[in-house]
Amino acid sequence: MSMKAILAAGLTFASLTAGAVQAEQVKIGIAAEPYPPFASLDSSGKWVGWEVDVIGAVCAAANLDCVLTPVAWDGIIPSLTGQQIDAIMASMSITEERLKTIDFSDPYYNTPAVVVADKSMDIAATPEGLAGKIIGIQASTIHQAYAQEYFKDSEIRVYQTQDEANQDLYAGRIDATQADSIAMADFVASDTGACCEIKGTVADDPEILGRGAGAGVRKGDDALREAINAGIAKILEDGTHAEITSRYFSASIY
Amino acid sequence: MSGLKSLMQPHRILLMALFGAFVLWCALSLRWDWIPKYAPLALEGLWTTIWILVVTTVLGFLLAIPLGLAQAIGPWYLSAPARLFCTVIRGTPLLLQIWLLYYGLGSLFPQFPWIRSSELWPYLRQAWPYAVLALTLSYAGYEGEVMRGAFSGVAKGQLEAAKSFGMPRFTMFRRIWLPQAIRNVLPTLGGETILQLKATPLVATITVVEIYAVSSRVRSDTFIVYEPLLLLAAAYMVIAGLIALAFKRFENQVPERR
Amino acid sequence: MVLEWLGLAESAALLSLSAPGWGMNLLRGLANSLQIAFGAFGMGLMIGLFGAYGKLYGGPILRDLLAIYTTVIRAVPELVLILILYYVGTDLINKVAQMLGYGRVEISGVVAGIWVLGIVQGAYATEVLRGAIQAVPPGQIEAARAYGMPAFLTMRRVTIPAMMSFATPGLANLWLIATKDTALLAVVGFNELTLETKQAASSTRAYFTFFLAAGGLYLMVTLCSGAVFARIEKWARRGQPSLREGGS
Repeated sequence: MSMKAILAAGLTFASLTAGAVQAEQVKIGIAAEPYPPFASLDSSGKWVGWEVDVIGAVCAAANLDCVLTPVAWDGIIPSLTGQQIDAIMASMSITEERLKTIDFSDPYYNTPAVVVADKSMDIAATPEGLAGKIIGIQASTIHQAYAQEYFKDSEIRVYQTQDEANQDLYAGRIDATQADSIAMADFVASDTGACCEIKGTVADDPEILGRGAGAGVRKGDDALREAINAGIAKILEDGTHAEITSRYFSASIY
Repeated sequence: MSGLKSLMQPHRILLMALFGAFVLWCALSLRWDWIPKYAPLALEGLWTTIWILVVTTVLGFLLAIPLGLAQAIGPWYLSAPARLFCTVIRGTPLLLQIWLLYYGLGSLFPQFPWIRSSELWPYLRQAWPYAVLALTLSYAGYEGEVMRGAFSGVAKGQLEAAKSFGMPRFTMFRRIWLPQAIRNVLPTLGGETILQLKATPLVATITVVEIYAVSSRVRSDTFIVYEPLLLLAAAYMVIAGLIALAFKRFENQVPERR
Repeated sequence: MVLEWLGLAESAALLSLSAPGWGMNLLRGLANSLQIAFGAFGMGLMIGLFGAYGKLYGGPILRDLLAIYTTVIRAVPELVLILILYYVGTDLINKVAQMLGYGRVEISGVVAGIWVLGIVQGAYATEVLRGAIQAVPPGQIEAARAYGMPAFLTMRRVTIPAMMSFATPGLANLWLIATKDTALLAVVGFNELTLETKQAASSTRAYFTFFLAAGGLYLMVTLCSGAVFARIEKWARRGQPSLREGGS
């Protein structure tokens, strides 16, 4: 038996056990952690939220057979390059840094970054206003890159999920958090977020903060990128995007 | 030394050559340009890993002694809780324990506003006290079970001899029972400490910046996946090797039984 | 008193199995955890059996390779191994598949979890089984050989049954490690019990309720398997004189 034959046999075995489908199914990677109102798990084990609806609409418009595949956020790019998923649609901002590793579709939403802190705290969304304070941020996000670049006089604590940072803001372990404005608006409107308010928008830096959230695909996977682009264009044009947005938000976020 | 001779067998030389080639390949064809930038952070992380390891093993071991003693000879109202504690700690994943302590306790703070004005608050805000607490309890749970066996393993005749000399109970414990019990567990202690080392990266999930967290940081900043992980694995292997070596030395200094 | 009762009622509602409660999610996570633990334990046993035989009877190169395998696996934290094996492993399989002209091989989370934890378990199982095989009185194996019993038959009919009683305590320990190690897959985003618990807890902010419930589930698994392994050990020791004198 040649080496190749052995490998082939092993692979057939692996594919059998894996229940392999060498199919046209597109695995859309989403963050396995709740990120309301974009994507969160309800108690029946279903993913719901604005982004989940948009993924459904884009896939339908582009005629793709999509499956949602939850992946740990801080390993989501390795999962894409390691081929465990085919595309990332997890509110990932299109940044220069990420473009070195993966490709992006056109953006499908864009929101500014804000700083949230306890109502009683005297905090502004500037390096001076946050000096000496403890800021919690989610790992592997534009916010982490931004905070490390600009808030050098603050203590930065890195969380695996934004939800954990929110929880610690509520617990009082951190003074402030920087995150996406929509997600934060949702948080301060919740019971736990009642402690806190949005202190302001951080000064823009397109280099770090990117130009909106897009679908990440492997470098060179142009077919999928084009298909997703077409899907996004279509739902923007026929009003599906606006319709989904109106179900969750009062204003457009495109 | 005979060790050198056994290393010089032809197949070992071949294996070492292959290993050398692998290291060379790693050094040349993988990306290491991030190292200078992250070296200070990595050293800090390494230091955090080491002090957490040392503090939690020492505290955990001190806690394990009463736990083992209570299980070995304690009355039921001491032995039952001790046994329950060991069972619970050993029966649930450490990750769950860490999250319960950190997020569970954290969710209680807002309900008790006086906590925030207490003197402990600056510590309660940090992550490391929870990490130290969780790892200490975990080590105590595992080691308490080991100590129970060690205490019961001390020969009865020795204790009876001490008693017949009229030695006070505490002196007997300090001079005879405890030293022998510790000598009984010494061979396993090194292994248990390595297990504890392997548990330390879990505290990175509650924002403690130890060496595992530094490698995650490199991964998230630069999108380089394998190189930091390989270096991390190598670092843990070196630390584990040093622990094994230290315990072997320590063990050799303790005279053999019989 | 009433408050406490009310507090418990709230927890019970959160944990209820039907839709607004999250009980079903926890049970689904538990099923996933157990599935992976079973698979990993089984795979670990297979690796361990081959590894133990390789370490005892294999050639010098095989022995050295196995020594490297068990040393490395036992010195590097499981969390790091899981990340390396999870990313490298699937990457590698896909690269090989593409090299051979196959399409991409889909690897489900369960399969990835099983093989990652299986490799880790294998290293520990190798040591446990090696010790157990060595504890079998050599005369028994020599007798089988003297009767001209083929090697595989000797292994199946003599060595394995005779070593079972020595191996069970160690294997029981390994099984418990397997169930608890599944929790580490939460870090790569696999929906086992610990991650399901965290999701439920952070969605409802009832951290204590859910973490304690999950702890209870893990504990239940531990205690049940403890009872099962005690029976297995008793069965494996049948016909042997009692070894129970003065504790472990």
